[in-house]
Amino acid sequence: MNYGLVFRALLICLPLTIIGCGQESSDNAGTSSGEATDNTTTVKGGSVDVSDPNAQFIPVLSYRTGPYAPNGMPVANGFTEYLKVINARDGGINGVKISFEECETGYATARSIECYERLKGKGPTGAAVFNPMSTGATFAITEKAPVDKIPLITMGYGRSESRNGGVFPWNFPIYGTYWTAADVLVTHLGNINGSLDNLKGKKIALVYHDSPFGKEPIPLLKKRASMHNFELLTIPVTHPGVEQKSAWIQIRKEKPDYVLLWGWGVMNSTAIKEATGVRYPRDQIYGIWWAGAEPDVRPAAADAVGYQAVSMISSGQAQVHKDILSYIYDNDLGTGEREAVGEVLYNVGLLNAALVVEAIRTAQSKYGEKPLTGEQVRWGIENLSITNETIDALGLTGYMYPVNLSCSDHEGKRAARLHRWNGESWEYSSDWISADDAVLQPMVKDASDTYAKDHNLSTTACNS
Amino acid sequence: MFYREAGQFKTSYKADQAVFPIFQDRIFVAIWLLIGFVAVPMLANEYMFKAIFIPVIIMALAAIGLNLLVGYCGQVSLGSGAFMAVGAYAAYNFMIRVPELNPLICFLLGGLSATAVGVIFGIPSLRIKGFYLAVATLALQFFTDWTFSRIDWFTNYTPSGSIAVQPVEVWGFTFDSPLRKYMLCLSALVLFTIIAKNLVRGRIGRAWMATRDMDVAAEIIGIRPVYAKLSAFAVSSFFIGVAGALWAYVHLGSWEPLAFDINLSFSILFMVIIGGLGSIVGGMLGAAFITLLPLFLNQLPVWLGINMSTAMVSHLEFMIFGALIIFFLAVEPLGLARIWQIIKEKLRLWPFPH
Repeated sequence: MNYGLVFRALLICLPLTIIGCGQESSDNAGTSSGEATDNTTTVKGGSVDVSDPNAQFIPVLSYRTGPYAPNGMPVANGFTEYLKVINARDGGINGVKISFEECETGYATARSIECYERLKGKGPTGAAVFNPMSTGATFAITEKAPVDKIPLITMGYGRSESRNGGVFPWNFPIYGTYWTAADVLVTHLGNINGSLDNLKGKKIALVYHDSPFGKEPIPLLKKRASMHNFELLTIPVTHPGVEQKSAWIQIRKEKPDYVLLWGWGVMNSTAIKEATGVRYPRDQIYGIWWAGAEPDVRPAAADAVGYQAVSMISSGQAQVHKDILSYIYDNDLGTGEREAVGEVLYNVGLLNAALVVEAIRTAQSKYGEKPLTGEQVRWGIENLSITNETIDALGLTGYMYPVNLSCSDHEGKRAARLHRWNGESWEYSSDWISADDAVLQPMVKDASDTYAKDHNLSTTACNS
Repeated sequence: MFYREAGQFKTSYKADQAVFPIFQDRIFVAIWLLIGFVAVPMLANEYMFKAIFIPVIIMALAAIGLNLLVGYCGQVSLGSGAFMAVGAYAAYNFMIRVPELNPLICFLLGGLSATAVGVIFGIPSLRIKGFYLAVATLALQFFTDWTFSRIDWFTNYTPSGSIAVQPVEVWGFTFDSPLRKYMLCLSALVLFTIIAKNLVRGRIGRAWMATRDMDVAAEIIGIRPVYAKLSAFAVSSFFIGVAGALWAYVHLGSWEPLAFDINLSFSILFMVIIGGLGSIVGGMLGAAFITLLPLFLNQLPVWLGINMSTAMVSHLEFMIFGALIIFFLAVEPLGLARIWQIIKEKLRLWPFPH
């Protein structure tokens, strides 16, 4: 009887021991293979390991899956490949290598926050700067960034009032906000009609992505509508925007003179197809800069010809693209297609990365050439000054614009051009159009004062 | 051997009616409480608090709430995201319109607003059942989506429809650090779990279960279906409403109507189904499974040192996550709670079975 019990106990112990050993050995295997791959990534193609104590860490929030992937992918490729080429060609920023890690958000706000929390403490000094690549995520991270002391660069998106650095010291909507973009579009419509007063009695429809991104231009358009007596129709499209039959039936019924398209991802190409379906002329549709890239018009093919969008940056290649092709693609280390280098959204990502790199370079001039903290990089962004000479030296001639930031102006540039899809490529269709700061400034002040009051913020007076 | 209740005699009515009549269960719960209130605060880092514990705890609260309705009363609901939204927006409106109110009171008022909405939208359950009821509650989901994105009063006329809130401050004590937020959520979960556990053991819970098992028979033995069903809707939406207020204020801090869309309703329902219908611990297990598994799968390649593109990782995440859901439901259709119960039964004799 006793022997039987002992025998059973042994029988039970044996598999347990084996399982235990097995786990241990598999753990070992895991770590050793991990080290092996780490070593290889350090050497290859401008990628530096995140654990490198001498590298500046830049977090990358990207979306390569889901309904926004066609647009998210080129942005992420442009961003990361610029960082890689800085490492490979220049050996980093003044010798400080850049390490980065991507985190997939799927353009979902909750997942973006998780990625933000995951990446903010990585690298020797933590995250230098976040580029959320989503207005919804920007709203959420705006609440967290001041606590963690990490700046946000929201190039062409985010909160429009956040250009007021006195209330939003950590937000930098460089190269334009949605209010700027909407104002540029209204100004352009005024220009083609002779003057803004001729917009009287016209009907302008805004077809927008039903999210903070799409709603952001509405206050400005309402104000412009009351100033010039045009009628504004706001037509929401539910995320992700593949179903918008009813929106375009409404447009067929109302026959607006112009349609402004505030879409992102599959919503844009669907909108152009639906417009074709209801025979709304494409040359009367004007997109935001997020609705003016190749993935938006290619699916609609010839139907998209004549469609215009306000442009932060258009397609094409500068010197830096050639460097990217020779340093990265010639070594088969590119993330995307070779042909996609120089597309609109690729260039947007590239320009965004260039701003990040120049901000860090500016911060290094004050804090020394070493990995910097988010707080130090924030000083670099606020004192960013990009001149034509810098742009030429970076090899970005024609693909980056001079900009001077200050505490009171975190936006820097309030002018944009329009570009038109000719069936093959995007080409500029207008001169530089400036937004009217006399209209924008009071709105920014009101909105940021409200924000400060709601959050009991003490606004810093901008002296610089 | 580890889980043998032999020799534990119940000699009084009080002992017989205890929440955990078995000694080992009491030890086990005490250990979990110690882990939750002592070990985790000492060991966890900021990421674990913010991305793992706080969301799981709040979702567990919502899943327990939905489990009262679906698991105990048998009324299928697809409106939990909507109840969370009502809780969140109501708490926000109480907070900004009556600033002198204590935020914790606002959370409870948010829950009560969800209760009111829940009772109104629970009325169809008196006439329709099963899938038809699920579709009726779906209407609530779309209704709240529309309400909170179109009626500007609820968002205090913010131009973009996105709400940003301040940290919760109670009597000069601010719940701003991750640890404090975690403690707030955990205390809420413990409190509401005690309430839920006692409700389902008592008269009300038995009325719900009788209605779930056979409503005609329940009516014949004297249970009023109106009362049973509407009280289930009321209690369940109260729980979910409070969870919604916590989700908005403690976890998100800033949110848009899309944060409470149909996907949230689905994921809470999946938590309940995978965790186990009609089980309190099932709600918690389900919430942990649905919230953590994608994060775990997403970070696994980095931990193992496998170099893979983020797109590939996230495709794999979806595939493995889906496959695991099917696997768990195929192996144990009654959910993770049932697996836990089987383990307990085996542990009675293990490692020395007859």
